[in-house]
Amino acid sequence: MLYNEPSPLETRVVSKRFGLPNSASLDTYLATDGFKAFLKAREMTPEQIIDEVKASALRGRGGAGFPTGLKWSFVPRNSPKPRVIVINADESEPGTCKDRLLIEYDPHQLIEGILIAGLAVDAHRGYIYIRGEYRYLIEHMNAALAEAYSRGYLGKNIAGTGFDFDLYTHSGAGAYECGEETALLDSLEGKRGIPRMKPPFPAVAGAWGLPTLLNNVETFSAAPAIIRDGGAAFAALGTPKNGGTRLVCISGHVNKPGVYELPLGFPMMKAINEVAGGMRDGRKLKAVVPGGSSCPLLRADECDILMDYDTLAKIGSMLGSGGMVVLDETTDMVKFALRIMRFYAHESCGWCIPCREGTTWLRKILTRFDEGGGRREDIALLGELSRNMLGRTFCALGDAAAMPTISIVDKFADDFVKRLAPEAVTA
Amino acid sequence: MAETVKLTIDGRAVEAEKGTLIIEAARQAGIEIPSFCYYEGLKLQAACRMCLVEVEKTPKLQVGCTLPVAEGMVVHTDSELVKSARKGMLEFLLTNHPLDCPVCDKGGECELQDMVFRYGAGESRFTERKVHTDEQQWSPVVYFDAPRCILCYRCVRICDEGMGVNALGVGNRGVIAAIVPNHHDHLECDECGMCIDICPVGALTSGTYRYQTRPWEMDHVGTICTHCADGCRTTLGVRNGRIIRGNNRDRSGINGEFLCVKGRYAFDFTEHPDRLLSPMLRTENGYEPVSWAKALELVANKFGAVKARNGKLGIIGSNHTTNEENFFLAKLARQGLGTRNIDHHRTGDLTTFFDALSGRNDALATTAELYSAKAVLVVGADLSQQHPLLAFQVRSDVRHHGAHVYTVTRGPVREDHQAAAGVRVEQGGELAGVESLRDRLKSEGNLVIAFGDSIQGESLRKLIAFGDSLGIPVKYVCLVDYSNSRGAFDMGLIPREGGLSREQMLAATDLDVLWVVGSNPLKTAALSSTNAFVVVQDLFMTETARQADLVLPAASAYEKSGTVTNVCGEVQKLKQAIKVMGAKTDLEIFGLIAKEMGLDLGIWLPDKVFEEIRRTVHGYNVPMPVIAAGGAAATAPLNGRVAALPGAIESAGDTLFTSGSLSRYSKLLNSVMEAPGGLYGNQGPGDRGQGPGAGGRS
Repeated sequence: MLYNEPSPLETRVVSKRFGLPNSASLDTYLATDGFKAFLKAREMTPEQIIDEVKASALRGRGGAGFPTGLKWSFVPRNSPKPRVIVINADESEPGTCKDRLLIEYDPHQLIEGILIAGLAVDAHRGYIYIRGEYRYLIEHMNAALAEAYSRGYLGKNIAGTGFDFDLYTHSGAGAYECGEETALLDSLEGKRGIPRMKPPFPAVAGAWGLPTLLNNVETFSAAPAIIRDGGAAFAALGTPKNGGTRLVCISGHVNKPGVYELPLGFPMMKAINEVAGGMRDGRKLKAVVPGGSSCPLLRADECDILMDYDTLAKIGSMLGSGGMVVLDETTDMVKFALRIMRFYAHESCGWCIPCREGTTWLRKILTRFDEGGGRREDIALLGELSRNMLGRTFCALGDAAAMPTISIVDKFADDFVKRLAPEAVTA
Repeated sequence: MAETVKLTIDGRAVEAEKGTLIIEAARQAGIEIPSFCYYEGLKLQAACRMCLVEVEKTPKLQVGCTLPVAEGMVVHTDSELVKSARKGMLEFLLTNHPLDCPVCDKGGECELQDMVFRYGAGESRFTERKVHTDEQQWSPVVYFDAPRCILCYRCVRICDEGMGVNALGVGNRGVIAAIVPNHHDHLECDECGMCIDICPVGALTSGTYRYQTRPWEMDHVGTICTHCADGCRTTLGVRNGRIIRGNNRDRSGINGEFLCVKGRYAFDFTEHPDRLLSPMLRTENGYEPVSWAKALELVANKFGAVKARNGKLGIIGSNHTTNEENFFLAKLARQGLGTRNIDHHRTGDLTTFFDALSGRNDALATTAELYSAKAVLVVGADLSQQHPLLAFQVRSDVRHHGAHVYTVTRGPVREDHQAAAGVRVEQGGELAGVESLRDRLKSEGNLVIAFGDSIQGESLRKLIAFGDSLGIPVKYVCLVDYSNSRGAFDMGLIPREGGLSREQMLAATDLDVLWVVGSNPLKTAALSSTNAFVVVQDLFMTETARQADLVLPAASAYEKSGTVTNVCGEVQKLKQAIKVMGAKTDLEIFGLIAKEMGLDLGIWLPDKVFEEIRRTVHGYNVPMPVIAAGGAAATAPLNGRVAALPGAIESAGDTLFTSGSLSRYSKLLNSVMEAPGGLYGNQGPGDRGQGPGAGGRS
């Protein structure tokens, strides 16, 4: 994938090497502060590393936004069992395309981040779980691993520090569900990818029952900068409790779609109008998916906000995985809802009843609606069925399907009324 | 008592043991929280979402089957929110369920029907096309109708956790996720049908039962399986004088809901076209049917004449017939005919066993104790093949209680998968194998030792001495075959006081009468006496019956009342399910012969004979209410002083799919591709581990 033209409004921390010649090579990495953070972390205690990450106010970049330092502190370092690090590169939330760039253009930053986490939780083994559709990335990652091994940045006695760490890639088989951390662990273990019951949480019993630290690619990729420049410096880039920068994947009806690194708390309208070059063909904004397809949509009039976790939560949506989809006035929301639901019905793992049956039922209603068979009562039914799923499924996939649907039928009911079957209109 | 917590469920103060799941705590308080996937004894799934309840101070509905109770918790199971959630779940479930209840086997016994009736909506809002896939046949006994499946994963779990077979899994995902068999399009497994039984809906149906009847048209007769020695209770579904189904859904009996392929399906021998329906007399033109009156007269005359001239009578009894029949036969032999030549196919050395245990009435392990023991040692037996229920108990003990299982066998057995230690030995090397486990066994809290036919005589005494020397409580199971081997021994079908053993009778050239009841000794041995008058009582023209002068058609265990004693020494009651015209119960035949001979041996009604057994047979003074209510009452072993007996002791080596001649006449057992199988991991009949195997000796 080609990296888009950067914007001068970006604050480039994790993406700072994007665009450099041979940015994925270890030489480029070493020439641009590479592995300095690891050597610094090697001189720190695990507590100090974790405190630094806590100070950075870094929150998980996979979607849930859980404070990273806190997560690292949950892993029992004194456990008699070895700790394992698992890297979630199952980037499958529609609208999201950032982890692939981090792996393709700066894999050694990811490796260094993992090593820092290894020091923090006293782990010596890691698995990068890459989604099946990203097969080409496995080659990129394996090449980087091979280079790191050959130059002593992985394996025994890394960079002469006496620290050992082995890192492997593992391919997913093409399932959105395996982005859910416990389903990912089952899949990693070679089982059917279905979510596990929690507790126990992976920090206590994760991969093969071992204490497991599991984070998103971007989360690990932020660790070197945090250790190198200090947690406070990273935190200062964003807003309180929303530290640093994040990669925002802007797609949809804008002039310059792409992945941009913006500080947390960046104004959404500024991102659309300035960073992404404004609305395509000068059309009017209709709605924004703020953080991947599972987030409740925002109407145009709700978009004059700052993009951080807490602001989005306040208005009933989420910052999610950074997949921002911009929709203009020409968007047919029935079609949009159908496209989303086709995805979730296809990706439901089938484990629990409401998600398995609910997503397909919703898909069928929306299909019928889109084909001209919409009935007036369908509009309420779509919302009601979604609410029957919401909060009642085994994992968050059901919520991910329900939340955008609820927001669409609530906020854009007119689009549905316009698309009713002729007989339903006259009835 | 363990630590408890106090909570409130639907306004009622409830106290439950710490760690209890909300669904169980509610059940204990008499409040139903509906569920499909939650199943006592199996792993938690939280998949069906039927058990969602409201717990105060939590933001969303909570899963009642995975959330443990906590102090001060306030739970609502019947709030409007909970009711609407259930209604919503059932509505989702029914979207792709075919609603073919009028023709579905499960109609009337379906948990989904019950749930919708109780908690569902009256009407459906689903107007789209349903997902449909065609029905599949996975084996002669297992059919799968995917659209009916609600994916509760009970079948997957019972097969994996309960049976240790793991033949079922889940394929595909989303709305087309479906249960799949282990060999792509068919099953290779125990064919136990546990998956069918545990299925809450009609997704898994039985090859023998499907589309035969509506469940409410059957009579349900709880009796005891006649195949192996474990004595599982099987509830036979009977309609119009035919057995249509076997299961044990009410979990009565020592086996709970467990049944193997034989208990669940192999009742079909009762209606095999080769069933003998009339006495058959050998004539110059072959066998000709004769009346019962003529047959009984002939027997009485022959027996009477031989008795009168002090001739040599030999009686070989059965290890299938009831205690009452065995008792009456022994009495008829000793008191009526004046002979001590009475024996049966002995499959375990009960003689030495009881002698070695002299004076210890508590040394016999019950079936329940195989589920509660801290450790189980299996010596010289392929438990999963030969004793499916005992194997199930042990597996469950390991799963639920963390028990340790040890094996000392001559080949691989299923118990190895769970074994704390498994020792492979050559035949005869069992005791050395057991000895090698001494240190580990010594550290167990208690132990049950189950041993097969290779442990007999001196070896058996040594094994019990070994158990005694461990310094922990040890109980024993002598693994005999067939449904009433214990009863045959206890009722005296043994050549004590100088009687001829089975082998000696067959070898005696001067034998005048050979009377064989429900046994097939001439399948594997020859009769030396050329002049003997041979009478055989059996269901079929077995190899032995083919050499008889007179064959009397006998009723099977499903056609009679009485009691049987299982491998663990537990007495249970048979209940007559059907009547086959022409055949008589062995007890009635004995009684009529006695009457014909003018002998007064008392009334031959099963209840009356059992009363006499309770009075006169050691260890059988069992509580009547337990037996009468269909329960199992443990007997005590004969209290020592059992003299050594002549004759051989050998297991028939039956597998999961064989049980002597009964299995040869079960169309179903012969139709499953796994049959007849072999012991110790051997696959085919030509590659058997031991014993004559398929078809057995009895």
